[in-house]
Amino acid sequence: MRALALHLGLLAGLLALHFVLPAYHHGNLARVMVLASYGVGYNLLFGYAGLLSLGHALFFAAGMYGAGLMVQHGGLGAAGAFVVGVVVAAGVAAALALLALRTVGVGFMIVTLMFAQAGYLAILHFSEITGGDEGFVLPQAGRMLGSVDLSTPDARYLAALALFSVCLLVSLALVRAPFGRVLVAIRENEERVRMLGYDTQATKWVAMVLSGAISGAAGAGYAILFGYVGASFAEAQYSILPLLWVLLGGAGTVLGPFIGALFMFYLIDLASGVTSAHMLIAGVALVVLTLFAPQGIMGEVRRRLWRGLP
Amino acid sequence: MTALLQLRGLGRDFAGLRAVDAVDLDLAKGEVRALIGPNGAGKTTLVGMIAGRIAPSRGRVIFEGRDITRLPAHRRMRLGMAYTFQITSVFAGLSVAENVALAARRRVRGAALAEAVAAALGRVGLGDRAGQVAGDLAYGHQRLLEIAMGIAQRPRLLILDEPTQGLAEGEIEGFARLVRDLAGEVTILLIEHNMDVVMALAERITVMEAGRVLAEGTPAEIHANRAVQAAYLGGAGDAAAG
Amino acid sequence: MTGASSWAGWSSCRNEPFLHDRGAALMEFGPHLTLALIEGAVTAAVLALTASGLSLVFGVMRVVNIAHGAFFMLGAVLAWWIAQAIGGHPAWGFGAALIAAPLMVGALAAAADAAVLRRLAHDPERTIVATIGLLYIIEQVTLMTYGPEARPVVAPFNARIALPWIERGAEGWQVIWPWGFGTTTYKLAVIGAAMAMVAGLWLFLARTRAGLVLRATQADREMATAFGIPVAKVYALTFGLGAGLAALAAVLIVPIRQAHYLMGGDPLLLSFVVVIIGGLGSLPGTLLAAVLIGLSDGIISVFFSPTLAKIVATLMVALVLVFRPQGLFGSRPA
Repeated sequence: MRALALHLGLLAGLLALHFVLPAYHHGNLARVMVLASYGVGYNLLFGYAGLLSLGHALFFAAGMYGAGLMVQHGGLGAAGAFVVGVVVAAGVAAALALLALRTVGVGFMIVTLMFAQAGYLAILHFSEITGGDEGFVLPQAGRMLGSVDLSTPDARYLAALALFSVCLLVSLALVRAPFGRVLVAIRENEERVRMLGYDTQATKWVAMVLSGAISGAAGAGYAILFGYVGASFAEAQYSILPLLWVLLGGAGTVLGPFIGALFMFYLIDLASGVTSAHMLIAGVALVVLTLFAPQGIMGEVRRRLWRGLP
Repeated sequence: MTALLQLRGLGRDFAGLRAVDAVDLDLAKGEVRALIGPNGAGKTTLVGMIAGRIAPSRGRVIFEGRDITRLPAHRRMRLGMAYTFQITSVFAGLSVAENVALAARRRVRGAALAEAVAAALGRVGLGDRAGQVAGDLAYGHQRLLEIAMGIAQRPRLLILDEPTQGLAEGEIEGFARLVRDLAGEVTILLIEHNMDVVMALAERITVMEAGRVLAEGTPAEIHANRAVQAAYLGGAGDAAAG
Repeated sequence: MTGASSWAGWSSCRNEPFLHDRGAALMEFGPHLTLALIEGAVTAAVLALTASGLSLVFGVMRVVNIAHGAFFMLGAVLAWWIAQAIGGHPAWGFGAALIAAPLMVGALAAAADAAVLRRLAHDPERTIVATIGLLYIIEQVTLMTYGPEARPVVAPFNARIALPWIERGAEGWQVIWPWGFGTTTYKLAVIGAAMAMVAGLWLFLARTRAGLVLRATQADREMATAFGIPVAKVYALTFGLGAGLAALAAVLIVPIRQAHYLMGGDPLLLSFVVVIIGGLGSLPGTLLAAVLIGLSDGIISVFFSPTLAKIVATLMVALVLVFRPQGLFGSRPA
């Protein structure tokens, strides 16, 4: 109950901020919420099931390109494109999971990394369709939800909030359900779970498909709300970023991805004012977090203040 | 006597080495069977093949008349097996109750779940620790939690892999009481080094050596068996009991 | 936050587009293939060195070093700095770089192992995340200091060698000298030098006491500790040696392919392919795979496109790991 109140409270707070934030931060927060949705998808697999993927950019990009190409070539509006994006991402995740889940640990990391890289290179290679390196700007028709223009700051913020709310609450429900308990148990000791009669391979497959679908929803949302589809979102960097947000915010906590994405966004934003090498922050953060704070922010909160924090 | 579990010519090679040769074994419904033998005799490999953790190189596993040789481990557990690990492997980050609930949930949901959890915990005497985080439990209590998880699965065959390892004298007595209490409801296959426990609990004993069954019989028969004494009990008995 | 920089952006400068564009129209298939093979041999030679470093680090320490490509890049960039600072005849600068750059990179890597990886107890998954961090740090610091430009180091010697070809013309078989069909002395020297260095590495591992210590640690870490081998020191030195080999390879190649802060992506990917295909810890396997991958990369890049070659390479790594997991990462990391 307390947990539900906490998460609804955050969403209410984000809604309230819509009315008070100055334009610059208002725009930033909309972006952070979409990125945090991506983090929520990543966290489901990494934080709860304990599967460290280095290839989630593939799912984010699948959602982005699935939606974007439907607008560009299929003439769909925002709603249809979004659905296509999510379905494509879930399909890609389902296929990749069948292969990648045959490996564990380091093998899983490298396999996901390589498949995502192959996906990125394929986007470059088939540039007649994808626009290659430069990508493409989404036509206005694809940014209309009925008569609502999602490219206006107000509509964009509220749509981003809606996307984030759904992802956050779905994730909360999943991890509090028996399914989520099984995921955590798999993270702690997969063999033991198997010997309790659970088909752990199937459970991990479902987790990866859900994780891919949520990541794809974020990618599709990003394309529609910010109007740009580009190969840089499929690069390895976009697989590392959600890992970084989740590590920073706290892996295996529902709020961790949002906290991490928010912090990291503003850190990098501040750094870009000083130097073009703003990803230095990401590198230092990765090393420092692995060394000194593998639990992340919300992980510390759970350890010190509230052991039942979901 | 109806057989719950039958092994026929079951064997496994590792890199050309015969870990288990060709074991025939019949386990009657309701019996408590101990599996003993020196280290490296192939006991853990054998139960691994029964539970589905290790694929056999030859032979068959028959459970309740059904050939399950090709079934994956989780399907076998659902058919009515439970397996407790030699190394304590409770889910340290989850609560005691959640550990048991994970075991019970394959069988029951909803209100019946809470009952099943409480019943299993009560049975092993951990009823008042349901809310604790499992990793905070003392070692002996973690072993008991393992058994509670086994009970919560409500299996027809309960495989206990060295359950008394690392337990103190008093805890071992408590464990023996628990097993005696369970006998009759569930068939138990017990791998055990502590000969006092084996002699006290087992109705029949199977002795393995070098991947084969050396002898099988009641505790009295095994105690009197010269071959067993020579291979295993003789002189080394006290050391093995440690 | 849109990614201007990316470690695996593969945007390293493949400065040899001449075959793909102009040459193809002018040259027959045979000479064209021969050129592709020579290019492939250069790639293979340099790759053999780079991949040996990655393989050594994984073999001895069980660490997957994602920053391996960054150490390669650092070697090339340091070579440029050193060559700039020394001036005079190109051979002086290059010679100094060939010795100093690998040593500097090796020392940096050994320090990174002591400061970071050792404190993670070389746990496989956390170490990967940490080396990703190292990669960003190295790359971004290079961007801040060296800048985004691609800069060449002048080769110590670089005479052009025209190559003959035999063709059946109107008057029967004859020797011709196709236009653009040739290579340079420097490229041939790179192949020779890399081969010599790999042979040196093999001698070091097989014949010296230090090599024996490395192999003992690789075989059994606990046993090595029991025999009084200072494992922590061996790890730091191994990590340094692995990075140093990458830097050495980079110095060799930098006169052909310029130094750029994102140039580490290709060597990282190809080293992965080689180590995974070639089998772990086996130097002969690594060498054989380097030759195979180097040549096929050269050929696919020339006749199709470099992007396609990389797609094939990445999929190959992934599929080998999926269907032959016992190959490289067989045992489940604890």
